[in-house]
Amino acid sequence: MTRLTELRPDLAAIAAHVTPGSRVLDIGCGDGGLMGVLEAEKNCDARGLEINAELVGRCVARGLSVVQGDADTDLANYPDKAFDYAILSQTLQTAARPDLMLDELLRVGRRAFVSFPNFAHWRTRTALLLGGRMPVTRALPVSWYETDNIHHVTTHDFRDLAKSKSAQIERSWFFADERAISPIGANWRAEFAVFELSR
Amino acid sequence: MASPANPMVLSRLTHVSASYDLPKALPLDSGQALEAARIAYETYGEPNADKSNAVLICHALTGDQYVASKHPVTGKPGWWERMVGPGKPIDTDRFYVICANVIGSCMGSTGPASPDPAAFDSASDANDAPYGMRFPVITVRDMVRGLVGLLDGLGIDQLHAVVGGSMGGMQALSLAANWPDRAARVLVIASTARHSAQNIAFHEVGRQAIMADPAWADGDYYASDASPDNGLAVARMAAHITYLSEEGLTAKFGRRLQDRPDGTRGAKSFGFDADFQVESYLRYQGSGFTQRFDANSYLYITRAMDYLDIAEEHGGKLADAFAGTTARFCLVSFDTDWLYPTAESRHIVHALNAAGAKVSFVELSAPNGHDSFLLEHEGLDQVVRGFVE
Repeated sequence: MTRLTELRPDLAAIAAHVTPGSRVLDIGCGDGGLMGVLEAEKNCDARGLEINAELVGRCVARGLSVVQGDADTDLANYPDKAFDYAILSQTLQTAARPDLMLDELLRVGRRAFVSFPNFAHWRTRTALLLGGRMPVTRALPVSWYETDNIHHVTTHDFRDLAKSKSAQIERSWFFADERAISPIGANWRAEFAVFELSR
Repeated sequence: MASPANPMVLSRLTHVSASYDLPKALPLDSGQALEAARIAYETYGEPNADKSNAVLICHALTGDQYVASKHPVTGKPGWWERMVGPGKPIDTDRFYVICANVIGSCMGSTGPASPDPAAFDSASDANDAPYGMRFPVITVRDMVRGLVGLLDGLGIDQLHAVVGGSMGGMQALSLAANWPDRAARVLVIASTARHSAQNIAFHEVGRQAIMADPAWADGDYYASDASPDNGLAVARMAAHITYLSEEGLTAKFGRRLQDRPDGTRGAKSFGFDADFQVESYLRYQGSGFTQRFDANSYLYITRAMDYLDIAEEHGGKLADAFAGTTARFCLVSFDTDWLYPTAESRHIVHALNAAGAKVSFVELSAPNGHDSFLLEHEGLDQVVRGFVE
């Protein structure tokens, strides 16, 4: 079983700041690493949504409650405020309509955690500016024609979206080189960002 | 170095065949009651001290209690031996596995072929007149009520898990909806919470085939030399098509022709013999079925399935059927199952989500349609093992 300290940094930040004992929906939960930590170390009631059947099978095999489904359409089936937290880790940029998905997160959850790769990181900017081609970087390792990331987003863009949706940014965390960094100049310096939102 | 013999390899799965007579009349959804009902069942493995390791497996329409033991009529292996046994996904080294024949069926539990207590004739002292069509119409919930009676008799308060595919899944759902404390885990495979118009339509074809057979004789054929085998075989043939996928049928038979009985290669007969392999296969399935199944049981059980609508039983909203449940649920569908397609499982998942239940769902990919749940599928094994464990 994965432990909190072994999670990807953005997931570790989320796990560390979820209130113990809360009800959590992990959207795009993958093989259930974060859910497992939330149940084992935070005493949470965690549920997952995952599109890949094989990953769902692995989650079920480890005793997690995960439904195979598409985050773009299937969040509609959850009642309002069914969860204390809705978590969307590195999935926002793959959504058909990230703006509508943010609405759904804040409908099913009292709060939401959203993490995503920051397209304005200096390495991405440099690659595009000097290379003149869509960047392939550590944080965004897949070519433009193969990537699932159809809506690239920067930390500034995300703040604007949150504002336009009247969503409150409660807290935020930024990461580069697998480590937490200060928020100063984060739109240049952060490879990944995590936001905690409420409405 | 020769490796020592592994005792596990040598250990055989032991099973117990038994039957339980319900101590009281079984009340039915129709308002009638079934007197002196008997439930025939098989068990595998051993119960632990507090009987908390019991797993109930519910069988499908034409299934029976011989889930992992040899069928007494056909001599064939149990219908889910690949799933149930020592070290198997439902591990009989850990779990006390129970599988019971549903009421209305014909493998030892009370059904239309059983003696009707009301037909007792004191004058002749003959007490073996079967129910036939005097058997009351039953529902899936009635079947489950009978199973709950068996659990009471066995002293099992809460099942570790209830597991079922197809009609077995309907029973598992019905147990969860109507006796919510009786199972901690509910595993529903290739099933539905309601029979659709198409489901009912196919069943009606089967019933009409049986009832159109002159040998059916209004269900009163038990004492005669003839039984409605032709009608029952046609019913089975029609139903069997719904258990397979077009893709599976094409792969298995295509348009290939059957070799003639004299050994010559297949050719069109310009007649109505089984020219095509698929025809021959269906005829074989149909006639084989009549050796082991009672036509009246087929009428009663298909009727029970058609009546299934778990939402209707709970005020019209499926979520209300599962309100307050503390059980964990897992639903599995197959992408080529057009009898109980994935949408039916999703419908149940949505209701369980709305009820706040702990639910998992996965659609597995398999070429063989509805029957996939009975066949080799590593993904299914993994999910069943993980969920039941």
